[in-house]
Amino acid sequence: MSDHTTHAAHTEGGHGHPGAKQYLGIAIVLTLITAVEVAVFYVPAMKGMLVPTLLSLSALKFALVAMFYMHLKFDHRLFSWLFVVPMVIATFVILALMKLFGRW
Amino acid sequence: MAAVAVAHSEAHEPHHTSTGLNSRKMVFWAFLGSECMFFGSLIATYLVYKGRDSIGPHPHEILNIPFTSVSAFVLLMSSLTMVLALAAVQRGNNKGTKIWLAATALLGMMFIGGQVYEFSQFFHEGLKLQTNLFGCSFFVLTGFHGTHVTVGVIWLWTLFVLASRGKLPTEKALDVEIAGLYWHFVDVVWIAIFTLIYLLQ
Repeated sequence: MSDHTTHAAHTEGGHGHPGAKQYLGIAIVLTLITAVEVAVFYVPAMKGMLVPTLLSLSALKFALVAMFYMHLKFDHRLFSWLFVVPMVIATFVILALMKLFGRW
Repeated sequence: MAAVAVAHSEAHEPHHTSTGLNSRKMVFWAFLGSECMFFGSLIATYLVYKGRDSIGPHPHEILNIPFTSVSAFVLLMSSLTMVLALAAVQRGNNKGTKIWLAATALLGMMFIGGQVYEFSQFFHEGLKLQTNLFGCSFFVLTGFHGTHVTVGVIWLWTLFVLASRGKLPTEKALDVEIAGLYWHFVDVVWIAIFTLIYLLQ
């Protein structure tokens, strides 16, 4: 059995997934990031940095859920590609439409 | 006798595929990829039309950030209970599976309840689907997301009933894992909506 197949079999059985403690740790981090997002929204001094800050925090939350709760960090890379490639295309579509309609 | 042996074998051994990966899981990831494109188009529509209304209500006049922050927190916590349900079914802990599946479904129902309340508030304040571009793009985007959450809640209660009848053993952990992938996807879509629609007004 190749490394590729061994890895797939290993992770699909769930043995490579994190435990309850790690899941709880991720949930605490996600909650803290959400609290920071809301706090940043209400701080007038952050007005100029609002867009990059909120987009970065949102991307971090997205990545944490995808990597640890959806197990992309532990599963076969093909699953990541199946998800990330359409997501990148969708992002480009959003940016292209915004540029086309003079929103950016 | 041979049939019983084959059935037993199919239940306990992963079927062979050319990639060595489970086909159901692979197809489901491809489906989630297509869902990214779907929600991407709805988000693009919202952002393109944003701020082009001459008549209100406008987003900054109507969106309730504290209330939606609680909703976002509820959905994030439902992702935690979902992975705990998966961990329980993988360990063969049927009681834990039932508890965490029910908790996830209840948190999902709480989120939907919040969305129904929010929509009714907006309706009373004069924002309807046909009021302006904001109303149309907002209700379509968040309405489709809410529909996805509703489908997820029905799926979770179905798994709960199966677990209650003892029909969700460790060998069926993939059923819970796939439902979990759907649920977490709904969560990450809300992470994007919360930032792009609610916070970046």
